[in-house]
Amino acid sequence: MLKVRNCESGYGRLRVLKGISLHVSPGEIVTIIGANGAGKTTLLNTIAGIIKPGSGEIVFHDKDIGSLSAEKIVALGCALVPERRQVFDTLTVKENLILGAYLHFRKKRKKEALDELQSIYSLFPVLKQRESQLAGTLSGGEQQMLAIGRALMAKPDLLMMDEPSLGIAPLIVKTIFKTILTLRDNGVTILLIEQNAKAALNIADRGYVLETGQVVLEGTSRDLFDNHDVQRAYLGKDYKKINE
Amino acid sequence: MSFDIFLQYFLSGITVGSIYAVVAIGFNIIYNTTGIINFAQGEFVILGALFAITFTRTGFIPLPLAILFAVLITTGIGAAIEIVFIKWIKNPSVLRLIIITIGISIISRETAHHIWGEQVMQMPYFTGTSTSSVIILGASIAPQVLWVLGISGIIVIVLQLFFKFTLTGKAMRACAANRTAARLCGINAKMMVTLSFMISAAIGALAGCITSPITQTQYDMGSPLAIKGFVVAIVGGLGNSTAAVVGGLLLGLIESFSIIFIPNAFKDVAAIIILLVILFFKPSGIFGKKEESALKEF
Repeated sequence: MLKVRNCESGYGRLRVLKGISLHVSPGEIVTIIGANGAGKTTLLNTIAGIIKPGSGEIVFHDKDIGSLSAEKIVALGCALVPERRQVFDTLTVKENLILGAYLHFRKKRKKEALDELQSIYSLFPVLKQRESQLAGTLSGGEQQMLAIGRALMAKPDLLMMDEPSLGIAPLIVKTIFKTILTLRDNGVTILLIEQNAKAALNIADRGYVLETGQVVLEGTSRDLFDNHDVQRAYLGKDYKKINE
Repeated sequence: MSFDIFLQYFLSGITVGSIYAVVAIGFNIIYNTTGIINFAQGEFVILGALFAITFTRTGFIPLPLAILFAVLITTGIGAAIEIVFIKWIKNPSVLRLIIITIGISIISRETAHHIWGEQVMQMPYFTGTSTSSVIILGASIAPQVLWVLGISGIIVIVLQLFFKFTLTGKAMRACAANRTAARLCGINAKMMVTLSFMISAAIGALAGCITSPITQTQYDMGSPLAIKGFVVAIVGGLGNSTAAVVGGLLLGLIESFSIIFIPNAFKDVAAIIILLVILFFKPSGIFGKKEESALKEF
C-alpha cells in the first residue's frame, strides 16, 4: 500500500531523514518507534506532503506521491492525525469533523459524509455530546479523539497517527489504542508513531526503530519486544534485568 | 444640545462608523487567513467607487449594474494582486508581506491618479437628490444614509452567515485556525487566501460605491480610510468581525461628537488618540483576549 524508498527529507538545509525505507501492507498496523528527534514526525509529515522530500521515492497505491501537495495526498486516501492534535480551536467539534470530510462534500458525496459522521459519533460518543462546543475547550484526550475522527472523516485507506498518546491521561490512551484495533478490523491500515513503545508494539503487527534519521531495526512486534537493544532503549529495562 | 441635533450627530456618526466597520472587516478577513494586514484595503474602496462612477457616467449603464460591474472588477483586481504579488512567495515573513501590500497600495493609488486625475467625483444618489431628506424623530437625514446603514448591515450579516454556514466559509476559518491541519483535510489553503483577497476587495468596493454620494471620491482617499479601518480593527481586536462592527460604530460616533469639543479639522486626531491609548493599555484590543494575542505572531 505504502512504500518509502531511500527517502531523504528535512527543513531547509537541515537533513533529518537520511535515507529511510519502509513499507506498509493493506490491513497492517505498523509502528515506528524512536526517541525524540529521531525523525518520526518528519517522516510522517513528508509522507503526508507537508514537507517535500529531498530525494527518494514515496509510493502510495502504486502512485508516486513524493511531489504531490498535502491536499492531493489526502484525496488519494492517505490521512494524517498530526502531532499535538492540531484541531481547529475556534471551530465547533462538529465543524471540525465536517471539514475532515471537506473533499467528500466538495464532490457532492454529502450523504456518505454524514453517514461517516454518525459512525465517528458511535466510535467516540463523547464527541457527540460535545458537538457544538468549541474544539479548543475540549480536554487533551477529547481533542485527540476529535483529531482522529477528523482524519477518519476523509475515509482514508491509510491512517497515519503521530503520537496519539502525547500528553493524555493513561486511561484515555487505553481507549484510543483500543479504537486503533477496531479501526483495523474495519479495514483501515494504520501507520502509528509512538514514544510509548510498549503500548505501540502491543497492538502493532510490525515495527521499525528509528534513530537519528535512519531505520536501525525492523521486524515483527514480537521480535522487537524480544530484542535486547529495544528493551534497553525503549522499553525501560536495564542491563541487569535483560541478563537475568 | 437639543434632541434632534443629538440625533443628527448620532446618525452621521454611525453612518461613517459603519463604513469604518466594513473596511475593518476587510482587514480582518485577510488577516484571518494570512496573518497579514493588507494596507491596500482602502484602495479597494476607492477603486470600487471610481469604477462605478465611470460606468454611471457612460449614461447607459443603470446604477445597480454599474455597482455590480465595479464590485466584480475590483474583486478581479483583488484576486490578481494576490496571485501576482503574494501567492508565489514561499514561507514569507509577515513583515515582508505587509510591505508588499503598502507597495500595492501606492501602485494602485498612482494608477488611479493617472486614469482618473485629481478631480473630486461623486456617485449619483441612489434615491432622491442631494437636497432630499427623510425626517426621523425630528432629525432630517439624507436617504443615502439609510442606504449606507442598510447595505453595511447586510454585508456584515451575509459575511457572518457565509463564515458560519457554508463549507467554504468554514474552510476559510479552518485555514485561519490552523493552516497545516486545514491542508491535511484536503483544503486548498492557497486558494482560500486568494478567496479572502477577493471577498475583501468585493466588500471594500461595495462600501466605496455606497458612500461615494455622501463623502465624494478622489484617487487618494483610500489611505485615510485604510488608517481609520486599521484603527478600528486594532481597537476591536484583530480578526474579530463583531468587534470591528462595535469598534467602527464607536469611532464614528466619537468623531462625530468630537465636533462639539474640538474643531472639525482635528476630527482625525480622535482616531489616532484612541489607537494610541488602546496600544498602550490594551494591545490585544477591547474585545481581544490576552492569551490569544500572546499566540499571534503579529
